Amino acid sequence: MKLALIGLVAGFMSALFGVGGGIVVVPLLILLLAYRPHVATATSLAAIGITALAGTITYALHGDVHPAYAALVGLPAAFGATAGATLQQRIGGRMLSFLFAGFLVVIAISLLVR
Amino acid sequence: MTLALAVVLGLLAGIVAGLFGVGGGILFVPTLVALGLGQVEAEATSLAAILPTVLAGTWRQARYDNVRWRPALVLGVVSVAGVGLGALVALSLPEHVLRKLFAVLLIAVAGQIAWRARAG
Repeated sequence: MKLALIGLVAGFMSALFGVGGGIVVVPLLILLLAYRPHVATATSLAAIGITALAGTITYALHGDVHPAYAALVGLPAAFGATAGATLQQRIGGRMLSFLFAGFLVVIAISLLVR
Repeated sequence: MTLALAVVLGLLAGIVAGLFGVGGGILFVPTLVALGLGQVEAEATSLAAILPTVLAGTWRQARYDNVRWRPALVLGVVSVAGVGLGALVALSLPEHVLRKLFAVLLIAVAGQIAWRARAG
């Protein structure tokens, strides 16, 4: 039940504020369901796959997706994500929490100055 | 923007995605806009770019046994419904005010996470 609520809130906020669902899902999994940071971020990645697939199909039907550009940034990003996830295993849960908190602040500032 | 720079920014977006469990759209969208796409096209194309990103990240995290599959399925499916709701509400509210409120909320959440990590 809490999971469904978190998913709903994440989707709602991402549509409302133009941010991805991940920055909502990860903190809520940590704070409401006491997920370890590593598990919260990994589970968030898998969940985003479903949301992004639905979004991509919707936009592609309108002809707004440029596959070559998606590949241009998305394929290097696939390598980056593998590296990022590997790197993450070398960081402890507490340190990852602090880094994630810092990341949220950076996003918040970018929203404030936009 | 040169293609080489776009590739580097894509790589960077992926590292952030893998590290923090996000899609990487925060870097994809400005990169795609700088490449000449319109805002809507950039957001649409960013979603497509997120697919290989989270696929690779999830694959790697699964090897470390960090992915909870059923919760991920619930989160993903329900959040699609949430996007639909949010899109309806977004049309009827002043966007810049909401964005600032959300930013403040994020800072509060960051403080909460850091506080809990410090104590725990």
